Parts: sequence; C-alpha cells; structure tokens
Amino acid sequence: MTTPLLEVRNLRVQFPTRRGLLTAVDDVSLTIAPGEVLGVVGESGAGKSLTGAAIIGLLEPPGRIASGEILLNGRRIDNLSAEEFRKIRGREIGAIFQDPLTSLNPLYTIGRQITETILTHLNVTPDEAKQRAIDLLNEVGIPAADKRIDHYPHQFSGGMRQRVVISLALAAQPKLIIADEPTTALDVSIQAQIITLLKKLCREHGTSVMLVTHDMGVIAETADRVAVMYAGRIAEIGPVAEVIHHPQHPYTVGLMGAIPNLGEEVERLTQIDGSMPRLNAIPTGCAFNPRCTRKGEVGARCTTERPSLMNAGKTQAACWLYSEGAATNTTNTPQSVAA
Amino acid sequence: MKNSSVLLEVRDVAREFDVSKPWLNRVIEGQPKSILKAVDGVSFTINRGETLSLVGESGCGKSTIARVVCGLYPPTRGAVIFDGVDIAKASVNEQQQLRKRFQMIFQDPYASLNPRWRVGKIIAEPLVAHGIMTEKAEIKNRVDQLLTQVGLSPQDQEKFPHEFSGGQRQRISIARALSSNPEFLVCDEPTSALDVSVQAQILNLMKDLQREFGLTYLFISHNLAVVSHISTRVGVMYLGRLVEMADTKTIFNRPLHPYTQMLLSAIPDLRMTGKQRTPVAGEVPNPLNPPSGCTFHPRCPHANDRCKTEAPSMIVADDGSMVSCHAVEEKRIPIKLAA
Repeated sequence: MTTPLLEVRNLRVQFPTRRGLLTAVDDVSLTIAPGEVLGVVGESGAGKSLTGAAIIGLLEPPGRIASGEILLNGRRIDNLSAEEFRKIRGREIGAIFQDPLTSLNPLYTIGRQITETILTHLNVTPDEAKQRAIDLLNEVGIPAADKRIDHYPHQFSGGMRQRVVISLALAAQPKLIIADEPTTALDVSIQAQIITLLKKLCREHGTSVMLVTHDMGVIAETADRVAVMYAGRIAEIGPVAEVIHHPQHPYTVGLMGAIPNLGEEVERLTQIDGSMPRLNAIPTGCAFNPRCTRKGEVGARCTTERPSLMNAGKTQAACWLYSEGAATNTTNTPQSVAA
Repeated sequence: MKNSSVLLEVRDVAREFDVSKPWLNRVIEGQPKSILKAVDGVSFTINRGETLSLVGESGCGKSTIARVVCGLYPPTRGAVIFDGVDIAKASVNEQQQLRKRFQMIFQDPYASLNPRWRVGKIIAEPLVAHGIMTEKAEIKNRVDQLLTQVGLSPQDQEKFPHEFSGGQRQRISIARALSSNPEFLVCDEPTSALDVSVQAQILNLMKDLQREFGLTYLFISHNLAVVSHISTRVGVMYLGRLVEMADTKTIFNRPLHPYTQMLLSAIPDLRMTGKQRTPVAGEVPNPLNPPSGCTFHPRCPHANDRCKTEAPSMIVADDGSMVSCHAVEEKRIPIKLAA
C-alpha cells in the first residue's frame, strides 16, 4: 500500500465546559491515500465537521485536540503554531465550506481573493497570478471569466459562488481538500453540477478529498471509501459500494434503511428509535447500544466495553458482533438494504 | 359537491408580490413597480385520503401555494375550493368552520413553536382558539392522547420546546396540527430540517396517522426521494407554474416534461447502478424577469422557436396526468422509461 497522504491517529477533540469535559471526536483514526476521495457521513452532532476542522487547524476555542496525531505526508501537523499552519492551509490543504456566501469576503472582488491566495502561496508575479485566476475560473465553468473576475460575491448566484469557492480551494494546488457539506445549500440540479465538477477537477489535479456530508447520495456518487460516524466515533469504514450495499454495523444498516430511495417501494422506512446521545450523556460501551436492535446477541459486552474497529465483511465496523469470540454472528450478515 | 372524492380544488391560482423599491425612490429613479409572480396560474385537485406532493427547486412557488391553500396569503387571482366551498367567498362564520378542518405543519420546528409556552399549551391552542373544548380537564385529556399518538409521553406537556430535539419538536407540531381533528394537513417541508434517521421516524408517523385518521396531505418538498416514498400523486413546479402532474409511479418511471427528467437525473444515485447522469446546464432564471414563452426554454434541450414565444398549456391525458410542454405535445421527445 502506498503511503497515505493524510493519516489521522486516535484523534480526540474535546470542549471544556462549565459542566465538564465534552468529547466531540473520540479516538478517530483514518487515512486518505493520494488521489482518493474519502467520504465522512453522519447525522448532525456526529463529529464529522469537527474532524475536518481539526485536520485543517480551524478548531474554534475552547475546542482543542486533546490527544492523537495528524500527519500530512508523514509530517505531524497537529502541533504546529498558528503561524506555521497558515503556510499549510491553502497551500497543502484547501477548504470548501457549506455556505459560499459566508466563505467569500463580500468587500473584495473574487479576482482579488483568488490572486491573494495565489500570491501568498506560489512564487509568481501579480500578472501571472491574475492569468492563473482567470484560468481557474474558466476551469470551474464560470462564463466570461475575464470579466467576472472583477465582480463581487453578491453578483453571483449560489451555484456560481460555490464554483468560485472551489477555484479558491484549488488556487494554490493543494494535495488535499477538506470539503464540508459543499452542496448542502444548493438545489438538486445545481448540486449535481457541483459534484460533477468537483469530481472532474480532483481527478485531473490528483487532489485527495475529504468530503464531509450528511447526504449518502452525494457520497455514493463521489467517494471511494466512506467513514460513517456516530457520537464522535467511527462506526464503520470501508469501500463505498460495500458500505452502501452490505452495511455491517447495525447503525449503518439502520441509516441505509432510513433513506427513502427512488424506485423502491416500501410501506415503511426502517426506523432507528430514539436519537443520537448528547455529548454529556454518551452511554458506556458502544455509543449506539441503547438504540441497537442486536445488542442482546453478544451478551453484556455492548454496554460495558467499547468496541474498536474490527474486520466485518469487506469493511471495518466498531461492533462486538464482529469480534473473534462472536465469529458465528458474522455469517449472519445484517440484511442488506440496497440489494 | 359535498362528499365527492375531491377534497380541495385549486383553480387557476396566482399570487403576486410587490417587491418594488419605496415609492419615493421609484419616482426619483423613474422606475416602474416590480411585481414578482410567485405563483402563476396553478390548478390541481386533491382527493380525500391521498397525499399530493409538490416538488421543485427553491423559488418555484411551492411554499407560496401551501400558504395560499391555508389562507395565509390571499390569492391574487383564482380560487381555493375546500369541500365545495370557495374559501375567499365564504362568510366569516363559514371560514371559521372551515379553518378547523385544515392545519399546517411548518419546516422549521425551532421557529414554529412558541419558546415561552409549555408544550401542553401549544398543543391545546387550536382547541381553545376554535372553542372546541373549554373544560380544563377535557383539554388535558385530549393533549395526553395527542402526545401519545405522536410518540411522546403525556408528561412532556409540562416542558418547554427547548427541552426537545428537532425530531421531537416536529412531533409536537404534528400533535398541535392534529388537535382540532382536521381532515387535511398542509405540510411545508416537514422533514427537511431533520437528520435522515429522524426523517424516517417522522415520515413513518405521518403515514401511520394518515391510515388511522384518513388524513389528506398536501406535501411540499424539494427532496424527490422523500416525495416518491410518501405521495400518491406528484406535481412538479418550475418558476411559479405547474409543469407536470401525475401519480407517483408514472412520474418516476415515465417523466414526460424535460424539467422533470432533469430533476430525476440530478438526484444522486444511491444504488450506484453506474447510470450516467446528465447534469443540466444553467440555473433557475430570475423570477422578476422570467423568460418568454415556456419559462424552462433557456435550459431545455428540446426547445425550439415555438417554446420561446408561446407559453404551453396543460395537456391532460386519459389517466389524469398533466404536462405542459410543446415538445411533448408535438412528440418531439422520445419517451424515456426509467430502469
């Protein structure tokens, strides 16, 4: 296996509050290979955005990385100073956020914002930077880029703004892009355009992407591998087709069944009763155990001991059903939803 | 007309909004009034016990229709006829009688519940407002019963809305809507602020309640997968007009209008069949200055000169499905059968 571009080892993000320490991301480990698209899905509060923010060094205080390591190309980046991190952000890791209106500065023309990024990180003249900005805007499909470069963000529509944000993320040719809900604020037809664009550009530039979203459909279209997060932990990680067609973790099984699917007629959707625990009340053992329909099958372990990721089918799931002691259960694969 | 299968008829409804600048600015700048046609000539009927969904992208007028149907906006033109009575022409007394029979569920469960009222009072509000019940004990019994019906506990009526999660709040909204025993519910994006697993809970609840009480739903959503799951019939809107309406199976298996075809191909494919998607170019035009003729023509792959000049009218087929497109009428579009 090639060396990963990004490696996250046992990352833990905590928030000290008056009522005690809240662990929002708990012991998350993942890798992203060069050119790979890793999807991170989960419901709100699962810790997916915070994982992305920790990697790019944008955790807002009082949130902080309590333990764990983040390595970019084998070099630790989680302990860099703010000044040192600024050189990496944009240059080596680009970012795309959900709301294109708030991630662009309304007071500067988009051209100025893109050339600023290029001039900060690359050794080029202002004229070259401007030319590169126009090329980038052309590449992301903005018509009449040489004129539009002097326009302000409010003069663009939502989809066009998100295209500008993508060109901004690509401006300094980073090797990794963290895309946090890049299409959530957009209508379906525009969403399809943006996903297609993002996929095409990353393939052409060989950029790796960590795609954070709550939309399984977007992941299915885009990602190579997917990590499913629940209550700050990774519940299941594996190749996207496997996770979607043969989910192993009971949470993923429930989640896939809960998504209404076109062309499939079901009278009732699979329902996961209850809701995700609050951060100050995460149950002991497996965080999913109060909602899990299969927790009786492997004894009391689920409520006492926290499972780590175990091989389950072709994916890895953090579930005691797949521990070696419970080997008989692995043959009893949970019913696949998208058969 | 009473006791016919049609519960609600929307007849050629239009709703305009005056979005002009203040009078003085207009006079100084010599500008005419600008009128936004949010809904322009929409007609449909809803039968008893069915779920009719309206889908479309943001700004297509689907929420405006919901509000016109509920009487929150008076229509600029046309009529809304509920159970044979034209709502606008009914006497005040009759209107009050009608109001009991339909209720609305809104999108944002954080904004639609009064934060200073206890849940019990929120749910009892329609009972009190319509004078259905006056005895305190009787009201309390009814609220207990409603809370149980939507899957909450009768003790919850002493709590305030902030003590509940998004999904639970939406259950409270549903309980409030059900309290006056309505026949008809208008649901404006009831699940789009919720996570998928919670969305599944709410959709299942809505289906259960429909079966139990014989409710009729007008369901507004931008999510086609949700719509395909819950609806009996589906209407697709674009720029304030209904472009196609048919029963759910027909519209998802054999979409006729190019816009419907585009919307369907824009949905991320969860089953990953590898079907090639055709992202549609362009964006929704400014509704203040809609294109001439068929408003979809600038984005339509089948547009010709007639589409640019002449607005298409509704063609009603034998099975009651409707489509408004010149290309369909002239059989210029090969009929696509979905896999």
